[in-house]
Amino acid sequence: MTLTRRSFIGTGLATGALLQAPMVGAQGRPRVVVIGGGAGGATMARYLAKDSEGGLDITLVEANPIYTTCFFSNLYLGGFRDFESLQHGYSRLSDMGITVITDTATAVDRAARSVTLAGGQSLIYDRLVLAPGIDFREGSVPGWSLSDQDIMPHAYKAGPQTLLLKAQIEAMPQGGVFAMIAPPNPYRCPPGPYERISMVAHLLKQSNPTAKILLIDPKEKFSKQALFEEGWQTHYPGMIERIGPDFGGASAEVRPATMEVVVDGEAMKVDCCNVIPGQVAGRIAALAGVTDDSGWAPVMPETMASRVDDTVWVLGDASAQGDMPKSGFSANAQAKVAANALRGQLLGSRIFPARYSNTCWSLIAPDDGVKVGASYEPTPEKIASVESFVSQTGEDAALRKATYEESLGWYAGITADIFG
Amino acid sequence: MSGWRGLLLTLVLAAVGSLPAAAESLGDESRGAVLFNRECSVCHRIGPDAENRIGPRLTGLFGRRAGAVPGFEYSKSMARMGNDGLTWTLETLEAYVENPKALISGTRMNYRGLKDAAARADLLAFLRLHSDRPQNIPEAEPTARKTDPDLDAAVLAIKGDRDYGEYLSAECTTCHQRDGTDQGIPSITRWPEEDFVVAMHAYKQRLRPHPVMQMMASRLSNDEIAALAAFFADQD
Ligand SMILES: Cc1cc2nc3c(=O)[nH]c(=O)nc-3n(C[C@H](O)[C@H](O)[C@H](O)COP(=O)(O)OP(=O)(O)OC[C@H]3O[C@@H](n4cnc5c(N)ncnc54)[C@H](O)[C@@H]3O)c2cc1C
Ligand code: HEC
Ligand code: HEC
Repeated sequence: MTLTRRSFIGTGLATGALLQAPMVGAQGRPRVVVIGGGAGGATMARYLAKDSEGGLDITLVEANPIYTTCFFSNLYLGGFRDFESLQHGYSRLSDMGITVITDTATAVDRAARSVTLAGGQSLIYDRLVLAPGIDFREGSVPGWSLSDQDIMPHAYKAGPQTLLLKAQIEAMPQGGVFAMIAPPNPYRCPPGPYERISMVAHLLKQSNPTAKILLIDPKEKFSKQALFEEGWQTHYPGMIERIGPDFGGASAEVRPATMEVVVDGEAMKVDCCNVIPGQVAGRIAALAGVTDDSGWAPVMPETMASRVDDTVWVLGDASAQGDMPKSGFSANAQAKVAANALRGQLLGSRIFPARYSNTCWSLIAPDDGVKVGASYEPTPEKIASVESFVSQTGEDAALRKATYEESLGWYAGITADIFG
Repeated sequence: MSGWRGLLLTLVLAAVGSLPAAAESLGDESRGAVLFNRECSVCHRIGPDAENRIGPRLTGLFGRRAGAVPGFEYSKSMARMGNDGLTWTLETLEAYVENPKALISGTRMNYRGLKDAAARADLLAFLRLHSDRPQNIPEAEPTARKTDPDLDAAVLAIKGDRDYGEYLSAECTTCHQRDGTDQGIPSITRWPEEDFVVAMHAYKQRLRPHPVMQMMASRLSNDEIAALAAFFADQD
């Protein structure tokens, strides 16, 4: 199976059409079911509908009626965006002829090609697309489980958790302590926790300038580290303390009942505690049996089709693809490559070479934006990074401001690309 | 990656223009002085005591950031390019003088461009006289050039594969709005195809400085740039 697929993609257009005769489902049109209406899944549904012009029967299953982007949710914490600006509905996708079902998929039977929903409905597919994002790894942070999320929020799936975290920060006493337990690799949005630290610092600097921020980090190094550390020094001197793995950052424990954090055997009382646990693919991927021991779903680098089952495709954070960071940008890019390949497979349309890229902006302080980006290409083993860039320390204020303004343009662009 | 058309193009280019690898000296300074008087001096002054006029003073241009003369009110585009890191070198000046709006879309310099390559070489040789000299300042900009960054006419003449362009455009619309609005990232729809091709090659050749766009353009083949130009030209 692997060999055929590889040569089929690798040799491109001419043989693609020969090997894959268009396939027809029971109702005449091939049925594609997409689970998860986030950056990956909604993009996929939209591009399939846009480019197949009615040739596919597309159903999008999404647990929530409104999607709240994690991207820019840190800017909401910092006071740079209002919450509503992070929210996007699915009406434009429905208008394109996509059947949008608000429900949770609870089981996948790959042999029968069917998906069961919590509401009892079952859906038959010719191709299944899984883009469920992440779930948290059980026991990742000793003392914390999902049932503690109202006391120690993760705010790493945007929505009520994001609102809660902000309310808790605002309720901190003067001179209080904000703690973050940063996640181990791999996790969604590598600069995300550090952008959040910056935004929390910005918020506290205005309303609670004697407050302290404790960043407890299991990792030696992190994305854009030099840029963040320079920015923290400049904008928030003395406010942020990072405890890395050398000082117990990798074995921290939390006690939600008493609002304590235990590092290196020493218990500290904190006023707000943001626990970002270790992560795995959204649960439905494991239930579908397409994940491996790592907890993520391995995919073919040229197409994003599962390595386990070539009728299933896995996009975005849930996939194990190689060098691309788990980001909204990556999920969106992967979906467009996947949509082109899947459409070619089902309808015989032209299959073009995979193109992947990513750019992640972070805001450190007002008008102080930085970015990191790379382009990627598929090799037989993985999606591999081929070129990259990153903002430099010591850049002047005008460039940092331009970078921030660019990120606003990106947000408008990508959300239009995902949701129409 | 670019398929048979790419291969064909490479062959065509190899047959047509095999440039010598050796450095090429700039043009004739005195002819350049005459050209400067005729083409530029209505708006610009150059020399030790030159002041800003309609355009900024051009003394000390090489190695300087674009848009960096104190006291001169630049266009937003020029200021953006300077912030992005555009520095005046032989290559970037050549591109700007040849076609100011291809390098900096919104520049306020109302000058149609100097199309004759030999005349540009002469003019650059003259401008170069009024900047740092490598014998005094070793890190100063070069005074001769390695290769000719000009776009070959064959590259501009490629007919874009619009369907392929539509596929490739999906990578662009993560940032650029498909409907042509600008909310922080410039519009790229409805450009004349040739201008689009030139702009993309300017990023690819790192004449335009922006790191994101340099990266995006660097792996696009000539055919792919043509395909994108064909697709975006009729989007609104
Ligand atoms: C604080 C923070 C900041 C970030 N900043 C950036 C940034 O600046 N740039 C960037 O590119 N990325 C950023 N990201 C990362 C980005 O949000 C994710 O990488 C991206 O959302 C992944 O897309 P996805 O489609 O894989 O998953 P998601 O966008 O999470 O979508 C998954 C969807 O599937 C649904 N779902 C899951 N399981 C089921 C089921 N069984 N049935 C029905 N529906 C289901 C969920 O409700 C969800 O809507 C950030 C993340 C965080 C947490
Ligand atoms: C009609 C007036 C006009 C003419 C003619 C003109 N320029 Fe300009 N030039 C300008 C203006 C105005 C600017 C500032 C542009 C901006 O801010 O976008 C400028 C900017 C420049 C810059 C950028 C300088 C900096 O500080 O970054 C260079 C280089 C330049 N011109 C070279 C030339 C040369 C060489 C010629 C002759 C071939 C020429 N210009 C002809 C008006 C002119
Ligand atoms: C990650 C975001 C991003 C992506 C993806 C992207 N661009 Fe850009 N693009 C930008 C930014 C930011 C600018 C402004 C750059 C500058 O200052 O030179 C820009 C500028 C441009 C310009 C010049 C516009 C002008 O007014 O001067 C063109 C043309 C362009 N992009 C084409 C493309 C094409 C074609 C693609 C897809 C192959 C693409 N871009 C993908 C962010 C992006």
